[in-house]
Amino acid sequence: MLTFAVRRLVLSIPTLLFISFVIFMLLQLAPGDPMAQVPLTVPPDVKEKMRQALGLGEPPLVQYWKWLVQVFWIEPKIFIDWLTRDSWLLGWLPDTHLYNGELRVISWQTRSPVMDIVLQRIPQTLWVVGMSYVVGVLIALPIGIYSAYRQYSVFDQAGTFITMIGFSIPPFFTGPLLIVVFSVYLGWFPSIYDTTHVVRDWASFKFQLSQMIMPVMVLALQTTAQLSRYMRASMLDNLNQDYVRTARAKGLSEAVVVMVHVLRNSMIPVVTVIALGVPAIFGGAIITENVFKVNGIGQLLITALFANDLPMVMTLTFIFAFLIVLFNLIADILYGLLDTRIRYD
Amino acid sequence: MTDSPQDDVILAEAENAAALGALRDKVPSAPPRSKWRDVWEQFRKHKGAMIGAFFLIFITLGVLAGPWLWTLDPQKLDIRAKDMRPIYTAIWDSAAKTGWAHPLGTDQLGRDNLAQLIAGGRASMAVGWAAMVLSLVIGTGVGVISGFFKKLDGPLMRLTDLFLSLPILPLLLVAVTLFRQPLRANFGPEGGMFILIVTVVGITSWMPTARIVRGDVLAIKEREFVLAARSIGTQPFKIITRHLLPNVLSPIMVSATLGLATAIITESALSFLGVGFPSDFPTWGKMLADAVARMEDFPERVMLPGIAISLTVLGVNYLGDGLRDALDPRIRGR
Repeated sequence: MLTFAVRRLVLSIPTLLFISFVIFMLLQLAPGDPMAQVPLTVPPDVKEKMRQALGLGEPPLVQYWKWLVQVFWIEPKIFIDWLTRDSWLLGWLPDTHLYNGELRVISWQTRSPVMDIVLQRIPQTLWVVGMSYVVGVLIALPIGIYSAYRQYSVFDQAGTFITMIGFSIPPFFTGPLLIVVFSVYLGWFPSIYDTTHVVRDWASFKFQLSQMIMPVMVLALQTTAQLSRYMRASMLDNLNQDYVRTARAKGLSEAVVVMVHVLRNSMIPVVTVIALGVPAIFGGAIITENVFKVNGIGQLLITALFANDLPMVMTLTFIFAFLIVLFNLIADILYGLLDTRIRYD
Repeated sequence: MTDSPQDDVILAEAENAAALGALRDKVPSAPPRSKWRDVWEQFRKHKGAMIGAFFLIFITLGVLAGPWLWTLDPQKLDIRAKDMRPIYTAIWDSAAKTGWAHPLGTDQLGRDNLAQLIAGGRASMAVGWAAMVLSLVIGTGVGVISGFFKKLDGPLMRLTDLFLSLPILPLLLVAVTLFRQPLRANFGPEGGMFILIVTVVGITSWMPTARIVRGDVLAIKEREFVLAARSIGTQPFKIITRHLLPNVLSPIMVSATLGLATAIITESALSFLGVGFPSDFPTWGKMLADAVARMEDFPERVMLPGIAISLTVLGVNYLGDGLRDALDPRIRGR
């Protein structure tokens, strides 16, 4: 198992390098000039100097190499510095001072380091996306278990129909729909997510809860639809197995049979599906963030695209790719750990 | 099996007698049935799939024949008749600005909603079908080649894994925003966007099809009829077209329906985010996005395209569900 994990880990490095190279070359092909916004009165030779200052004069491969160095060498140094200086976890260690003023990945929009902006935006995305995923999983699992246990019952039929709807209605329709119903007509929840809001007391906590409900519900509907189908199928596979009959025959209660014996075995594939779904929900959050005006990384990507801010787009797309590769790895390893019949070696 | 060996013998003789009796029949007791008729019989039992199929056909015919039945130009601005409500609003609000000239109302520039819905449906369906066909062609090609030719299996499957770990929606956004200008210059604003969206959706959604087809081809390749075909000197290309492709048709059809649904949703999502077709060209996603700003006053402008997208995708999904059941020989006939 350990050798498998190490092998997968080593193999994911060339994968990530290749993906980043593809994204970089795609962006190189792109038309569009970062100097397009500069006033026409600026003479051409000054423009050329500005272009050089942005690192655009170099050949593409050199630019790619510099990006790699900045992301994989300089940014980790800054991160380690921050860990030993400010973080509460490792702040007691002596300061490292690894970073001494090298050039970082600079956003063309704000002229500030891309990673700083990304780190500002990530908490909002994680709050909304992470919460919705947890809620989705918590709703999906009981639905899946009960519809498998009472297969073809009214509950199962209704569950199937609702999951079909969850598959079919896109988030950019459910979002506005919820806004019309709950913020315009009923006035229960705010339609815009206020990210500057700080939870201090009970009232502000209630406000935070009310502004999170709608985006979380939109994203959770998608998660629930997929996961409850998997859960149901996996439970159905296990409910007809011999060991279930044995468990019933030796007089175990129905609750123990279903919730302990069957559920534990059915969870194996479902857990890997849960792990695989995490990056997809980050992608789906792009639309939800746009609908509810959450200033997370999805919204950052869209604004960067419209502003032709290539370093930002490059880094964000790479972060999404990194998440996918990471969670694929986690899913594979989890599958091997949970199902002892699986032997990768 | 029974307890004693004698009983087994007796049972086997009884079975033999029945089998011999069947051999003595002059003609088959029932007329031969074709596979596709069985599939159709099974498909008809799935109510959701039938409704979904009818709805899909209805929508397709509607958007194809719609411009002849409802001849208003969807892009014509009529500023005097702007912001009209659908005709059914008159039931509860007699003061609402309604009229039979625009049964589903008009938007803020006076463009007819019904005509826009028809035109938008045309765009969405065209993109959906074209992207689905493209992704099927790539997926089936990669799947068949990697299943049939052992040497290419490793590299092609690594390529599939790589594509599976690409972040699809961010890449779609990147590609569409970055390549909009040159394609528009070459193929016109609508044609360029159509080519771009179809290509981008097609080449980012073929991977599941390729995996399924490869698995099936690997299994079928070892069967006797392929060996027989090979032994009489059939060329690999002929084996693929004559023997392999017809046998992997059912998983391809199922993933075709899924592909159609995802392609329609992806196109609408791109339009919704504002990177799709040009702003005067109506699609369902764009109508929805344009209407969101004023949806408390005119909720129908969000509801109509949203319901159109959702019902179409729901129909396609149910169709795929029914097809999967109908094409599965283990379920069929039960």
